[in-house]
Amino acid sequence: MPDTTIAHSFDESHIAQAERSVASHTDSILPVSVTDLAFTADGKRLVYIDRLTLRAGGSTIIMGPNGAGKSLLLRLLHGLIGASEGTVLFNSQPMSARVRRRQAMVFQRPVVLRRSVRANIDYALSAHGYRGLNRRERLRDLLEMGELADMARQRARTLSGGEQQRLALVRAVAASPDLLFLDEPTSSLDPASTHRIEALIRRFAEEGTKIVMVTHDLGQARRLADEIVFMHHGKVTEQTPANVFFDRPSSPAARDFITGGLLV
Amino acid sequence: MINPRKLLAFATVLTVHLAFGSATSMAQDRFIIVQSTTSTENSGLLDTILPAFTDKSGIEVRVVAVGTGQAIKNAENGDGDVLLVHAKLAEEEFVADGWGVKRFDVMYNDFVVVGPEDDPAGIAGSRDAVAALRKIAESEAPFASRGDDSGTNKAELGLWKEAGIDVRSASGGWYRETGSGMGATLNTGTGMGAYVLTDRATWISFGNKENHRVLVEGDPKLFNQYGVILVNPDKHSNVKAEEGQAFIDWLTGSEGQAAIADFTIDGKQLFFPNAQ
Amino acid sequence: MHDFASSLSLAVNLILSGDAELWSIVLLSLRVSLTAVAVAAVIGMPVGAALAVGRFAGRRALIVLMNALMGLPPVVVGLMVYLMLSNSGPLGVLQLLYTPTAMIIAQVVLVTPIVAALTRQVVEDIDAEYAEQLRSIGVSRLASVPTLLWDGRTSLLTAVLAGFGRATAEVGAVIIVGGNINHVTRVMTTTIALETSKGNLALALALGAILMLIAISVNAAVGLLGATSERAAHA
Ligand SMILES: Nc1ncnc2c1ncn2[C@@H]1O[C@H](COP(=O)(O)OP(=O)(O)O)[C@@H](O)[C@H]1O
Ligand SMILES: [Mg+2]
Repeated sequence: MPDTTIAHSFDESHIAQAERSVASHTDSILPVSVTDLAFTADGKRLVYIDRLTLRAGGSTIIMGPNGAGKSLLLRLLHGLIGASEGTVLFNSQPMSARVRRRQAMVFQRPVVLRRSVRANIDYALSAHGYRGLNRRERLRDLLEMGELADMARQRARTLSGGEQQRLALVRAVAASPDLLFLDEPTSSLDPASTHRIEALIRRFAEEGTKIVMVTHDLGQARRLADEIVFMHHGKVTEQTPANVFFDRPSSPAARDFITGGLLV
Repeated sequence: MINPRKLLAFATVLTVHLAFGSATSMAQDRFIIVQSTTSTENSGLLDTILPAFTDKSGIEVRVVAVGTGQAIKNAENGDGDVLLVHAKLAEEEFVADGWGVKRFDVMYNDFVVVGPEDDPAGIAGSRDAVAALRKIAESEAPFASRGDDSGTNKAELGLWKEAGIDVRSASGGWYRETGSGMGATLNTGTGMGAYVLTDRATWISFGNKENHRVLVEGDPKLFNQYGVILVNPDKHSNVKAEEGQAFIDWLTGSEGQAAIADFTIDGKQLFFPNAQ
Repeated sequence: MHDFASSLSLAVNLILSGDAELWSIVLLSLRVSLTAVAVAAVIGMPVGAALAVGRFAGRRALIVLMNALMGLPPVVVGLMVYLMLSNSGPLGVLQLLYTPTAMIIAQVVLVTPIVAALTRQVVEDIDAEYAEQLRSIGVSRLASVPTLLWDGRTSLLTAVLAGFGRATAEVGAVIIVGGNINHVTRVMTTTIALETSKGNLALALALGAILMLIAISVNAAVGLLGATSERAAHA
């Protein structure tokens, strides 16, 4: 019988292989190591994670019921909000300008600037220090990648939801980050749009970007996940390879979540 | 893509151009500021006679037309070179306190009492201003006063005092202080059917008479003397004494006096030169 | 009795006659108010943005001051500026009283709080939406200000137009510091006040109609400019 404590049953050989594949990145910001991370608001501890490690290679999908603290965790990891306690280390380094440059985030509702599609991407490139020919070429590639070249001059806010999210996605990977956080990026999209977003995410993962994504969509999780992190009441209750999680989830909460019977 | 920096640069250039570009082009280099009253301005007297002086002297005259009280205060602050008002006592005090160099008589016009045709106080045709005011007070017919410490206001208050009537106690009742200029007070007076003491010049050129007409005139007590004073350059070094004195000399000299006498509206002479 | 029809026909006649006097007054009005609004925008927008984005000591006090200034009657602003620029005042040496520059200063004081307050609102709203995204891209709080202003440009244009409205419609302040001197500091509003005091109500009303026409034209021109720059920004 699986117990309800946090399970760290990630395949050791798989990890070793992943670490070798990024061995050339001596300046990589992975792995991400979390120790005793807490976020408290109004005297309530909304997130508490004693230990969590996100390793290079493979996509990590975070699941859990609404209000479990998934979005808070992503924002804590990405440094958008400050932790009340604990530390987040990126390859043993604390958050810094360099570490921030190597990671990006896509939000549930895409934040598109009140500019043209290309200006949106160009803005990120400029902020990341791209200049001249380099910048123009990268801009063209990214428009291509997001299938947005035809609407490059269109006002970004007039795009459909799916197109806006594709724009947010390629803008996020403008500077080829090591680590990409995604918070329910397809939750308000139709199946076709979802499919295109997933294809992009899979492509980024194959190109070596570590994906850390929150989703409620079990099918999506099955399609994309290499490992699952399950959260409940602000805590990580298990971190398991995806196939193991869907076959035999170790915590009752996760089991109930999969069968749709979890009541918060 | 519009470059915000270029836009800002353009806005700056435009601003500088707007602010300073044509500031001096249309104005003369030599000018004086005359602190004067609304009655001289509203009647059109100064607009009519000043070009002759400017043509001759090359000095532009910029007139700030406010109530006499404010004109004197502004002149005390040094915000003018010449004071041209009609409140003899206050003018003499202005000179005595050292704010002005010397006071000269320039001209006079007269005050009249205007009121509605139906004349509820029955003062029409009277040549005794004090008696007429007393009748107004007795009948409690509405009377609109400027209440702004202007020359006209001071003259009016002097007449009430002589009539032995305490208008302060009636304020807000039949005695209504508008706290504004002659024209605004006349607009109020014609609007509410009130009696008004006004200088004749403003009344004749006033365009909104409605059913009001002159009811009391010809009393020597309604005599309205204008004086001109050079602001004391010892008090304010910025005062353009030479140009200001040139204007005073012209105004009180034969040319200026003739110009004042020649100024008419509807064939009526409004100001009577009486410089010594 | 003054009637609207005669005022309106008078206004049309005045415009059609191309009266030089009227034109110089209109141009001076535009010059004073447009300059004042430009200066107010240059001061008010960064201040408003700083109040929206910054977390510094005295921020709350500055917001209160800004809101208080916004409610100041123009006459009081006129008096304050008069006391500063008067020859007995601290800035008397500049010799600015009774000049168009004095009127510009008074209008800047009147308009800047409006522009700053509206800018703060606009920037705060956009910041609420953008803050995390910009932070994620690595843009600092300070560096995000130009982005927020630029992306708020349509709303900011409205803020500036509101300021322009207050500037052109205002009479109490400019009549005190400008002195309503013929051919020097006489603008539309002071002319309207003067003609009203002369009892020329129809003429005053006609001038009012022309002032309204100017306001509409400027609004339309700015709207057109805004639309053009919007298109250009996406080209
Ligand atoms: N800044 C905050 N202050 C207070 N409470 C917050 C804050 N952000 C989130 N919460 C609360 O924390 C809990 C977890 O939120 P969230 O991480 O958004 O959940 P989810 O797992 O659905 O993404 C929720 O109850 C939410 O109301
Ligand atoms: Mg969430």
